[in-house]
Amino acid sequence: MATAALTRRGMFARPRATTGWWSWVTTIDHKKIGILYGVTAFVFFLIGGVEALFIRLQLARPDGQVLDAELYNQFFTMHGITMIFMVVMPMGVALMNYFIPLMIGARDVAFPRLNAFSYWVFLFGGIFVYSSFFLGGAPDGGWFGYAPLSRTLPGHGMSYYSLGLQILGIASLAGAVNFIVTILNMRAPGMTFMRMPVFIWMSLVVSFLLLFAMPVLAVALFQLMFDRLFGGNFFNPAVGGDPLLWQHLFWVFGHPEVYILILPAMGIVSEVLPTFSRKPLFGYAAIVFAGVAIGFMGWGVWAHHMFAAGLGPVANTAFALTTMFIAVPTGIKIFNWVGTMWGGSIRLTTAFLFAVGFVAMFIIGGLSGVTHAFVPHDAQQTDTYYIVAHFHYVLFGGAIFGLFGGLYYWWPKVFGRLLGERLGKLHFWLYFIGFNLTFGPMHIVGLQGQPRRIYTYPENMGWDLWNLVMTVGAFVIAVGTLVFIVNAVLSRKRGEEAVADPWDGRTLEWTTPSPPPEYNFSDVPLVTHRDDFWHKKYARTPEGEPVRVFAGAEHADDDEHHHGIHLPSPSYFPALAALGMPFLGYGTVYKILPAMIVGAAILLLGLFGWGLEPSVEE
Amino acid sequence: MSLPEVSTHQQIDELRAEEHHPTPRQYVKVAIVLFVVTAFEVAIYYIEAVGGLLVPLLLLFALIKFVLVVLWFMHLRFDSRLFRRLFVTGMAFALIVFAIVLATFFFRDPGAFTESNGSNGSSSSE
Amino acid sequence: MSTHEVAVEGAVHEEHHTSMGLDNVKMAMWAFLGSECLFFGSMISTYLLYRGRTASGPSPHEIYDIPYTSVSSFVLLMSSLTMVLALAAFQRSDDRQGRIWLLATAFLGVTFIGGQIYEFTTFYEEGLALATSPFGSSFFMLTGFHGAHVTVGILMLLSLYGMSAFGRIEGGRSAARPVEMVGLYWHFVDIVWIVIFMIVYLIPE
Repeated sequence: MATAALTRRGMFARPRATTGWWSWVTTIDHKKIGILYGVTAFVFFLIGGVEALFIRLQLARPDGQVLDAELYNQFFTMHGITMIFMVVMPMGVALMNYFIPLMIGARDVAFPRLNAFSYWVFLFGGIFVYSSFFLGGAPDGGWFGYAPLSRTLPGHGMSYYSLGLQILGIASLAGAVNFIVTILNMRAPGMTFMRMPVFIWMSLVVSFLLLFAMPVLAVALFQLMFDRLFGGNFFNPAVGGDPLLWQHLFWVFGHPEVYILILPAMGIVSEVLPTFSRKPLFGYAAIVFAGVAIGFMGWGVWAHHMFAAGLGPVANTAFALTTMFIAVPTGIKIFNWVGTMWGGSIRLTTAFLFAVGFVAMFIIGGLSGVTHAFVPHDAQQTDTYYIVAHFHYVLFGGAIFGLFGGLYYWWPKVFGRLLGERLGKLHFWLYFIGFNLTFGPMHIVGLQGQPRRIYTYPENMGWDLWNLVMTVGAFVIAVGTLVFIVNAVLSRKRGEEAVADPWDGRTLEWTTPSPPPEYNFSDVPLVTHRDDFWHKKYARTPEGEPVRVFAGAEHADDDEHHHGIHLPSPSYFPALAALGMPFLGYGTVYKILPAMIVGAAILLLGLFGWGLEPSVEE
Repeated sequence: MSLPEVSTHQQIDELRAEEHHPTPRQYVKVAIVLFVVTAFEVAIYYIEAVGGLLVPLLLLFALIKFVLVVLWFMHLRFDSRLFRRLFVTGMAFALIVFAIVLATFFFRDPGAFTESNGSNGSSSSE
Repeated sequence: MSTHEVAVEGAVHEEHHTSMGLDNVKMAMWAFLGSECLFFGSMISTYLLYRGRTASGPSPHEIYDIPYTSVSSFVLLMSSLTMVLALAAFQRSDDRQGRIWLLATAFLGVTFIGGQIYEFTTFYEEGLALATSPFGSSFFMLTGFHGAHVTVGILMLLSLYGMSAFGRIEGGRSAARPVEMVGLYWHFVDIVWIVIFMIVYLIPE
């Protein structure tokens, strides 16, 4: 192909900056994009956390006066949207972005510019949703936006919801396609499917779930958008619209979404536990197949979110059964994680603590989840704090603990310096105690009937003490987060410098220097085993004891070697194309045709520029 | 989500795809069949005598057209089985999930939601 | 939207070794089409649920004009033929003929869209709008999003025509690959219409 003939001249010189602000805007390096994702998600984590603190302050005492009902509705809705779509999902994507290519022995993802596009769409989508706070009120109909309430709520809040999640969904879909192709098609020679690290497997399953679930949400959101802005009647019961349709579409997306949130954390834990137990993962194949099984079965349980909607005994029974069954593959995984630790020589690092915390908290959340499979039980608990307790045990005790475990584990690889272990352990224990103080009592007040999403409660319901405890717990979590920030700052300034392989790891990312060079691997690795790096470092004595065959990382980086490596060049166009999204969003919310046209024009301009520039500049 | 291992038959598939691109003549033949089937579809729509067979026949004809376009024009007949699996997985999820979604509207509690809203009254197709 | 960038990215990707010996862009396209199955599946299901809920507006078979829609369905079906003929021409490095077939495909697509605009206008005059009833909402959403897909396809076809005419892509693989990707998208939009034509228009209530 005549790449040279296509070299860009004239008005858009190819960006060349490798440092500074522009280098981040134009980067298409999966590692830099991963960092961008991680930092952005962490900022949203702080914002969503502050919202949670306000909610807890409001509920600390009966008849709270901190927030009024309207603001409370906005805060709990935005807390949910933020934590799900702007924290847990992108934090998982951040780690996938950084480590999928490194763990499969590739130099980048399959579509580097599409990757950058995903990030910018995500960022602009998040800013778009949050701008609603300053433009008359944020979404206030709950994160699952039940119709017909969501179509009739006054103000623009739920219009921002319908368009903002749409924009975030585009980012997820583009990312999913990218990761699927990367994992299937960019693996280093010898990296067969059954040699892939479990994190890669889980990323693949998550990507497929996103691929098939996001379009269903997209349709539901479009329908809500038509209802709110263009007089649609999808969810208008007055003329025969059926609110149940929204529930179906939302949860057909929503239940796979639950696994989208938790599977990356399961993948991380499956990397962290073997490394710090100095044992191979117990039952690799079982964990992999359990993950794939969850991916399939996750499609058959959505109506358990709708047991109170009157689906009738046939549907309720069927979905109760499938819901009980899906606990089986999850149980297999837990069994295998315990088996991995059993008899290992365990190092109690912070990453390991978070991983064990994940397993323990996830068991509690999983068990309270199974209790919802019983329809009468569920009818009793729906919309009480028992549900809130359950999903925080799986999403905070589960996903967030797992993600922090991943952060501690991979931090030295990304930034070249270790996070402090003392502060790390303080962070873990603050989180662990604060988390259980906050969400443990929710089981009790939930069973006693405290409803969720209600901005205040009267005295003498018997909930006062527990609510105060929960609020204290929430602030303990906040202190833990501050400790993490301090730890990160200190590590940046005077953290211990990380060697290539600080944890005696098993997977390919530890063969690269910390941080890895732009091209990842100077030579594409040849993979001969599962846990390949371990097998290159250790041989086995006849008694099965590992013996080290050579010291340190596989090869130091030699500067001579990599001059022939062609990496895709930075580009303005993904960010430019993504910039069209908020224009389209605002234009639609306020029905300003020129803004929509400008947005579409920016999008098209970005896509055309993107299509016409060569991916690699000579 | 079914994933074949990396293996040589994948490469063989790919080679076969390179050799076996249909010729324009074959494309035209397929198009003629598509045209004829469409004509049948529209025709039976107007023939009273078809009666209760109309819906099954329409489904069959649409399926024939669908499969012809996918296999020949989109080359799935000649291309890698991975592509087939990606597409079939999407189709299967869509068919199964939405069949269940629509079925729940049949099975739901008669008392929970009545059909009295709107003017559709006793519409039975839901 | 994302189809476009995927398709065009293919034009500039160097060929390189992949672990499954398959083309990255083609794999991405098939994954995307698998995703689209769920997108249209959701809207078709909504339509099936709502086709009888006409509120005070017209019912489906009061307003459908089957002969008219049959002709536009035929036009779209034949555009798939011109699309594969374009691909075949580019594959044998006959760029001139390839461009003619690309234009023919785009022309048939524009004809279909024109027909749809006319149909929508007629329905609107006969009292069916997005806001009339759940039936109206679901009908316009389903066929409207299909029309939007056709429009994106036309844009991609015209872009390919331009790239070929200005020598950005030339005979053999460099042109045939992006044409094949756009073709996959185009045929998919066509098979969606095959389903819509049967379910929405032909199957009686």
